[in-house]
Amino acid sequence: MSSQAKTLYDKIWDAHVVQQADDGTCLLYIDRHLVHEVTSPQAFEGLRMTGRKVHAPERTIAVPDHNVPTTLDRASGVIDNEDSRIQLDALDTNAREFGVHYYPVNDVRQGIVHIVGPEQGWTLPGMTVVCGDSHTATHGAFGSLAHGIGTSEVEHVLATQTLIQKKSKNMKVEITGQLRPGVTAKDITLSVIGRTGTAGGTGYVIEYCGEAIRSLSMEGRMTVCNMAIEGGARAGLIAPDDTTFAYVNGRPHAPKGAQWEAAMDWWKTLYSDDDAHWDKVITIKGEDIAPVVTWGTSPEDVLAITDVVPAPESFSGGKVEAAKRALEYMGLTAGQKLSDIAIDTVFIGSCTNGRIEDLRAAAAILKGKKIKDGMRAMVVPGSGLVRAQAEEEGLADIFIEAGFEWRLAGCSMCLAMNPDQLAPGERCAATSNRNFEGRQGKGGRTHLMSPAMAAAAAVTGKLTDVRDMM
Amino acid sequence: MEKFEKLSGIAAPMPLVNIDTDMIIPKQFLKTIKRSGLGVNLFDEMRYNDDGSEKPDFVLNKPAYRDAQVLVAGDNFGCGSSREHAPWALADFGIKVVISTSFADIFFNNCFKNGMLPIVMPQEVVDVLMSDAEKGANARMEIDLENQTVTTSDGEVFSFEVDSFRKHCLMEGLDDIGLTLEKSAAIDTFEAQAAQARPWV
Repeated sequence: MSSQAKTLYDKIWDAHVVQQADDGTCLLYIDRHLVHEVTSPQAFEGLRMTGRKVHAPERTIAVPDHNVPTTLDRASGVIDNEDSRIQLDALDTNAREFGVHYYPVNDVRQGIVHIVGPEQGWTLPGMTVVCGDSHTATHGAFGSLAHGIGTSEVEHVLATQTLIQKKSKNMKVEITGQLRPGVTAKDITLSVIGRTGTAGGTGYVIEYCGEAIRSLSMEGRMTVCNMAIEGGARAGLIAPDDTTFAYVNGRPHAPKGAQWEAAMDWWKTLYSDDDAHWDKVITIKGEDIAPVVTWGTSPEDVLAITDVVPAPESFSGGKVEAAKRALEYMGLTAGQKLSDIAIDTVFIGSCTNGRIEDLRAAAAILKGKKIKDGMRAMVVPGSGLVRAQAEEEGLADIFIEAGFEWRLAGCSMCLAMNPDQLAPGERCAATSNRNFEGRQGKGGRTHLMSPAMAAAAAVTGKLTDVRDMM
Repeated sequence: MEKFEKLSGIAAPMPLVNIDTDMIIPKQFLKTIKRSGLGVNLFDEMRYNDDGSEKPDFVLNKPAYRDAQVLVAGDNFGCGSSREHAPWALADFGIKVVISTSFADIFFNNCFKNGMLPIVMPQEVVDVLMSDAEKGANARMEIDLENQTVTTSDGEVFSFEVDSFRKHCLMEGLDDIGLTLEKSAAIDTFEAQAAQARPWV
């Protein structure tokens, strides 16, 4: 190992250190700060109380997403829930008062903050990107160092455009070869968490690499990086390549002309050197990954759809009790075939799987089919622009004809802060990222999977191997 | 920020692994625009029945633990959402120290911004502390940040590691933003250099 050899993470980190203390604590410069309505009001209020300004409003982008209704009547401007309305109003006031970039609810570019950032070209390779939201990891798909922060840190970034940080360790997750038919980016990222556990990445930044990752579109790469946080990692990264550059080129806030050329010169150096040091390496063969679902209440509870519900005794340590509790909460019995589990709700959307490619994959399964009688199924596009594109491509018609509700953009039932919620005991096939107890509504039961798998489940009324419908 | 030096208090045991921030403070309580008042909804879905009455079996509802200031928890505490409402709710309830074998990164950071101390201990130590916590209100655990020790009710002493900068900030009750703003000149210099090197950013 040469002392000069660096990982991609090392390179981005080094380019953003403002100051380093003797104990290794660094002041890290932040290129982009994304803001939404739930984790920012206390931060803006903190600035107001101390008479501080936003240090770099031109690097700060605000968009409401968590609370917004996704029903078509939201255009009328009526939000029934008073607390939600207060939070949305607070973001509106704060964005205007502090002069940051802002996409209000009725702007066609509004959507989930992690979909809007890349779509508008705010997210670029080699940047540092933060947001008061754990799924900020999504932006790592561009080879930018991106992670979630708490509200105190949101205030710190607003006031100083920096964060106080210590460097994480480097982990390489390599997915070799190619994926089999019916296997998607979601299956990759869930399978990795199934392998490492939800704390397996704690203390690390993960770089995903290997042929199967290289073969993914930007949408797929965002899905993979999005769930790095579910594996406990601070961030997930994928080195930028021609796929990345082609996606970025021409976006509203991407560099143009000579600046584009200069940017490309640097971006092409953003990869891990061959002899760089890795603190941990995990290798998975792409052909070994199956379409997967979660059975429990942790994103690490991942199994192939062809498998059965595991027995709690098959685990060790604290996981035995956790698995018992999970089976009770989920209303499942050990030994039950996963493909026998009946569902009543389907949610396609979220920052994990609310992009155009996700909607295409789901629509491909649904074309000419109907959802099962009594099924509640909704598609919530990740942004107004994704929605518009899906309508243009005829995907919206496929969803509507199949019996899905075709909604406006927002976080929706991924975390159920708006009226899109599960009732106690309802069971949902979801393309989102968390199956925690109560996540989609108190007492609601969540099975995570890919958009194609969720679409298949909508048709059959139970968890289904999508390969049987291809 | 309130200073943290020493604490002697009741420790509550929560051996469940992967306690996530949705459990600590469910999303319906994130609609506040304030930091305060979340303690009553801490662990809301585990703590209350649908009619709002308390679930008597939940640890913090038991008479012995209603004034707990320390939580001894299972592995990977605080995973999931970045919501700082989780440490706000814990602190508002009165819990200032959480001890576990590991913490999720964002939750861990958030604690220090709120005068709280998350302590990482190896499994065998957490097992001893969990047993000590299970003794109830008569067993007071002592946490000494300066000397970096946890002392059980039996007088058994365990050392823990803490980042020196974070320790300093906790002990002095320092505000990170104030500290960083003292480095404004360095930030300005960085910005000027970055504008040359990466003008497209």
